[in-house]
Amino acid sequence: MLDKQQSNPQNPTRREFLSTTGTTAAATLIAAYVPVAENTSVEARTPGPIGPAIDGAVPISIRINGKDRQLRVDPRTTLLDCIREAVLLTGTKKGCDHGQCGACTVHVNGRRVVSCLSLALMHDGEEVTTIEGLGTSETMHPMQAAFLACDGYQCGYCTSGQIMSAVALLKEPCGPDDTSVKELMSGNICRCGAYANIVAAIQQVRKRA
Amino acid sequence: MHSFEFTRPENAAAAITVAGQAKTAQQGADIRFIAGGTTLIDLMKLEVETPARLLDINRLPFDKIEETPDGGLKIGATVRNSDLANHARVQRDYSVLSQAILSGASAQLRNMATTAGNLLQRTRCVYFRDIAMRCNKREPGSGCPAITGSNRTLAILGTSDHCIATNPSDMCVAMATLEAMIHVEGPKGARTIAFGDFHLLPGSTPHRETVLEPGDLITHVTLPPPRAGSRQVYLKLRDRASYEFALASAAVVMNLTGGTISYVRIALGGVGTKPWRSPEAEAVLTGKPAIAGNFRQAAEAALRNAKPQSENKFKIELAKRCLTHALQTAANG
Repeated sequence: MLDKQQSNPQNPTRREFLSTTGTTAAATLIAAYVPVAENTSVEARTPGPIGPAIDGAVPISIRINGKDRQLRVDPRTTLLDCIREAVLLTGTKKGCDHGQCGACTVHVNGRRVVSCLSLALMHDGEEVTTIEGLGTSETMHPMQAAFLACDGYQCGYCTSGQIMSAVALLKEPCGPDDTSVKELMSGNICRCGAYANIVAAIQQVRKRA
Repeated sequence: MHSFEFTRPENAAAAITVAGQAKTAQQGADIRFIAGGTTLIDLMKLEVETPARLLDINRLPFDKIEETPDGGLKIGATVRNSDLANHARVQRDYSVLSQAILSGASAQLRNMATTAGNLLQRTRCVYFRDIAMRCNKREPGSGCPAITGSNRTLAILGTSDHCIATNPSDMCVAMATLEAMIHVEGPKGARTIAFGDFHLLPGSTPHRETVLEPGDLITHVTLPPPRAGSRQVYLKLRDRASYEFALASAAVVMNLTGGTISYVRIALGGVGTKPWRSPEAEAVLTGKPAIAGNFRQAAEAALRNAKPQSENKFKIELAKRCLTHALQTAANG
């Protein structure tokens, strides 16, 4: 969705505004993530200047949403920061950055994980799915459609993590009742309190499956 | 986060050789194995852990759950907590372990966290996790502000004047009742450590949490053959209904012959500085009728030496009721 927005200097997106007004500190931060190959439309929207390869950067290959990404990353780069800052897929959100909120939930080799507590290097050669790989605004994943239909969000910040968890839950051992769904969704915090509608959305998809 | 070198050893021997060069395998280790990362990455972001080298052991062949020749179970070091909890044999024969694991963390974290990593899970004490604070576990000799400070969630059993940090693991409480064995390979060869001997009390050296030495690599955990007809319960009490550490928890494995308790293993979580097996409570119950009065007496025995701090006196009664209820639930079958 975001990927399809056209860059417009007269009316910059928040992300472009932040990146073009970035300070030296921001430039330094961005320099830690250096895409090796720029072969997709996503990489074409690079957030400002890309610095030289930093000392100690390591080449890795991660398949994200079906595309192989050749990257060089500082060993400290979490999978979350790699997805957001190197691959520029910003649908995955950073909340607490300590594995306590679930906003950064993605699938690695088909299983849900919190991407903030994992290093990108640990996933060399592995397959990652983010919210962008689930569906598009035209062809939504049934879970995305259900969240929309059931109003499973308010501010939306936790929503991509909620949906990634919910989609993974469909394949996990889970009782049929709401209580079981709540238990398996407890790792995704929603400070707006959309929990009742989130459970309704998940149950809607499970009943139709 | 401090910089580090990241490598992926080809095999266990290579991992052990490199890790054997570490100055310590305890708090502040300069070389760390990494598997799930759910504890280590968190603590590295907080700069509580600052290893110079990380050895990724995720692709070593320790990811299997297999039957042992005697009918027990061999659980690989990197088996994910979710796979262990949902394994058919574990659910059938060692259900206390499955219950305990599923009561901890979140589905995402259980997909990441490993058997060996959970054995080495670090305390949630806020002073340990904040490098602006003094902490004897993090910086030996610096002091323990928790003893006079924020200690509502901290330990009441096994504490010392130097440390009252709680061991946060649920998995370990269940493994204590199952009398698991921890298998380690190190620079001097392989050895097996009884579960009760693996974790250390803080004493005057709270930075030493286990018996592991530099280069020691946990390869797997074994469970003895299951006890036929045993009733197994894990009960966890906490501030929220889910995704929260225990204020008190109890694991029970019990066999009844008629109405008499012929075998019982009891351990507590959320209240001890290590996973807290209670031989005192077991002694009260063994050979006695499975009745409420005896359950309460066992709980009294388990908490007899509890030492509360300024904010956690409530844990004594909470833990007693937790254990009493777990025992009753087990007896009810």
